[in-house]
Amino acid sequence: MATKVVMEALSPTMEEGRLVKWNKNEGDQIKAGDVLAEVETDKAVMELVARGDGVLRKRLANEGDASPVGTLLAVIAAPDENIDSIVGSGGAAASTGAAQSAQAGGAAQSGSAPNQAVADTREAPAKSPVPQAPKQSQGEASTPPQQKAGGSSAPPSGPPPRPAAPRPPAAPPAPRGNGASHPAAATDGRRRSSPLARRLASDRGIQLGSIQGTGPGGRIVKRDIENAKAAGTAAGRSAAAERLATEGDFKDVALTQIRKTIAKRLTESNGPIPTFFLTAEFDATRAAEMRKQLAEMGDEYKASFNDIVIKAVALALGEHPEVNAHWLGDKIRQFNRIHVAMAVAIEDGLITPVLFDADRMTLWDISAKARDLAGRARERKLMPEEYTGSTFSVSNLGMFGIDQFTAIINPPEAGILAIGGVEEKPIVVDGQLEVRQRMRVTMSCDHRVIDGATGAKFLQTVRRYIENPLSLLI
Amino acid sequence: MASYDVIFIGGGPAGYVGAIRSAQLGLSVAVVEREGLGGTCVLWGCIPAKALLESASLATRISHGADFGVTAGDLKLDYGVAMKRSRAVSTQNSKGVEFLFKKNKITWIKGSGKITGKNAVTVKVDGKEEKHDAKKAIVISTGSRVKGLPQIGLELNKSTVISSDEALTLEKAPKTMAIVGAGAVGCEFADVFSAFGTQVTLIEALPGILPLEDADCSAELTRSFKKRKIDVLAAAKIGDVKVGKSSVSMSVEVGGKKQNLEVEKVLVAAGRAPNIDDIGIKEMGVQLTDRGFIKINERMETSVKGIYAIGDVAGPPMLAHKGEREGIVFAEFLTGQKHVHPVNYGNVPNATYCHPEVASIGMTEAQVKEKKIDYKVGKFPFSANGRARTSGETEGFVKIIRDTKYGEILGAHIIGAHATEIIHELAVARENEFTVEEVDLAIHAHPTLSEAIAEATLDSLGKVIHI
Repeated sequence: MATKVVMEALSPTMEEGRLVKWNKNEGDQIKAGDVLAEVETDKAVMELVARGDGVLRKRLANEGDASPVGTLLAVIAAPDENIDSIVGSGGAAASTGAAQSAQAGGAAQSGSAPNQAVADTREAPAKSPVPQAPKQSQGEASTPPQQKAGGSSAPPSGPPPRPAAPRPPAAPPAPRGNGASHPAAATDGRRRSSPLARRLASDRGIQLGSIQGTGPGGRIVKRDIENAKAAGTAAGRSAAAERLATEGDFKDVALTQIRKTIAKRLTESNGPIPTFFLTAEFDATRAAEMRKQLAEMGDEYKASFNDIVIKAVALALGEHPEVNAHWLGDKIRQFNRIHVAMAVAIEDGLITPVLFDADRMTLWDISAKARDLAGRARERKLMPEEYTGSTFSVSNLGMFGIDQFTAIINPPEAGILAIGGVEEKPIVVDGQLEVRQRMRVTMSCDHRVIDGATGAKFLQTVRRYIENPLSLLI
Repeated sequence: MASYDVIFIGGGPAGYVGAIRSAQLGLSVAVVEREGLGGTCVLWGCIPAKALLESASLATRISHGADFGVTAGDLKLDYGVAMKRSRAVSTQNSKGVEFLFKKNKITWIKGSGKITGKNAVTVKVDGKEEKHDAKKAIVISTGSRVKGLPQIGLELNKSTVISSDEALTLEKAPKTMAIVGAGAVGCEFADVFSAFGTQVTLIEALPGILPLEDADCSAELTRSFKKRKIDVLAAAKIGDVKVGKSSVSMSVEVGGKKQNLEVEKVLVAAGRAPNIDDIGIKEMGVQLTDRGFIKINERMETSVKGIYAIGDVAGPPMLAHKGEREGIVFAEFLTGQKHVHPVNYGNVPNATYCHPEVASIGMTEAQVKEKKIDYKVGKFPFSANGRARTSGETEGFVKIIRDTKYGEILGAHIIGAHATEIIHELAVARENEFTVEEVDLAIHAHPTLSEAIAEATLDSLGKVIHI
């Protein structure tokens, strides 16, 4: 008599679990009570125990897969027992599971859905939320094509866009293009799929990118969606993630249960992007001195505070990849390349041109490029690829006499740094009052991606660079 | 003795199309065919029957000519002439296949083929035997034949108890005829002979004519046939068959009521049997299905390596277009093509060319119900379609069965003029998994019969415009 091993509700609130590790291999002799696997629930890692004797005939879930409670994970049976029907029916059960998780996913997304229209009309043309720099090579699951298909970044031909919002990220998040209503089309625009398959996938919250199509030319058709069990989908997803990761431009981080819970709860509490703010005051005296000295060396060495901050942020992002990330709904994508967007005020709005690979640029490269971009931005001569594809943003209102402000995150980015003006302030240094140049910065963080301490550590690093500005010249 | 990559036994639609595709893919190909290229379809089925139906249609339309302001004198009907035209059309089509063979350098081996070993096909030509070598594959595409109904006394005698083969070569239409079996063939011949003045009794054992079609279509066709004085007897049981030299008598019991019937000819249109005898498959150990067809897998492989089967002999639906597709899929798998699209047996259109025509794809409403799928039906009558009114062909309707939640087109059923032509929009839609909404979104020209399809999809969404 075969025993089905299913994802059990190991805690009262558990809706799905992630299989962390298999402790038994296919073919292993199993006794009831044996620990088959470790499962991460929303609260802790728990043991999944065998409920019957026999041989572990088939493992249906892979390590790392998240499966809804009730999903068939494995079959224990006699060595010669025919388990085809169980494995087959497990498929059905698992698809039901997928449907459930899909609904959960849909619910998670629905929070942002009502805002999507706003996001699209207001901001989208100005700012594609996903980096396009690595557009040449990421294959079908890559994000840039999604953007194109999603419609949100349909690049305007002709003059640069007219973002009406006060600050690019003002719009609520549209983390996945046009989102919940057509997630398939949005996320997988270039994946060929049938209209019916797209509807099914949309309804079940299945990412088309995670599925191998079996229709003509690899087109995704109905049966592919139906065959996309919870396990299979997760496997497909991690395989895709691995492939992309090896390309070196970014790394996808599967959401742990705690990460999911954080995302879910905070979104409920605080709008689509659960934002918190970290404010710090940096000493910019040395930076100011350096600026002065550089200016004396000649125009070609001039750098603004803005340039210095961008360089410092870029270097700090290199040390804190968890901040240089996008929230993609079902995962966090950490980028290995650093593309810093800077907000530029233009006549009737603003635009955020991007300094690609800012960490690899010298301060003077940044200075020259920033000037060029800002100039052309004001003339509305930027190409779409020049203001899309950032991984982090910086906004500076110091030149308007603002001490401190909060900027709004530009989704799917996880953070933005708002720079206030540099001003002289009396500061106690070693027990003495001194007049120093001070600069207040406020970082807005998407709590789903960045926790308080993570953000704080990042700011520490930024501080180190700003307060030791020669390190920016090395 | 000659050597080929592939030898097809049988040159009907499955065999000849498979042969052409194989040749296109670079294989050397021979087809063993004892009669003419094109098989039953071209010689004794689809093509000549449709040619006769065209005569019947013309007769019917001319008889209504006065309503259209066109009168062409006295209407004279000559089945013999219609028959000869139909034969000529057949021959022409068969010659067309011969031309295609030449074009694709396919060898036609005239004779009867038999598998006589691994890679070996022996062909009997005029009593002489020659052996041929098939290096890569032997494909059985021998088709099927009418089997008659000896169990109820209706053994084919080619004079008073005939099959469609004889019906296609009659010199004149009989005065009375009983057609046993109201599938596509039975309904089409009922239409033809009725148009040529025969008093036709159409007898079906199952509860409705065209029993494989949706019950609504079956009912509509019954109504139409009865209007044309075709006697339709469904759920009927035949007994007391007496076959005479110039007539046949029988009793037909419907709903407990027995009636006696005496007719000049009985056309047996029930049941076809696969041609599996004397082709060597028993000796080779080729497995059959429990219904007596050759068992194949998705690559058309039989249980014996190197032997393949396609077309009617490989199982239902016994339709030329299914066989053709199997031939293509066979060739593509054999030559290792990328992305071979296996035959989608759930999306083979059915077509019956009587008047009104009946065409369908996908499931009937009864099948959907049986599967307990949540569905909605959309229906649009041709009587509300402008184009149908202009041609005075307002019988019938389009019926779309869609999945409630996703709008998947589960089944589409059309009865009406040109139904067999306009069904393909839905075949394309289903093959590409378009939902009812995509079908509606495609703008349909006005005025066309196809508008009725768009309207039926709209009706299934509760948004029909023209009713």
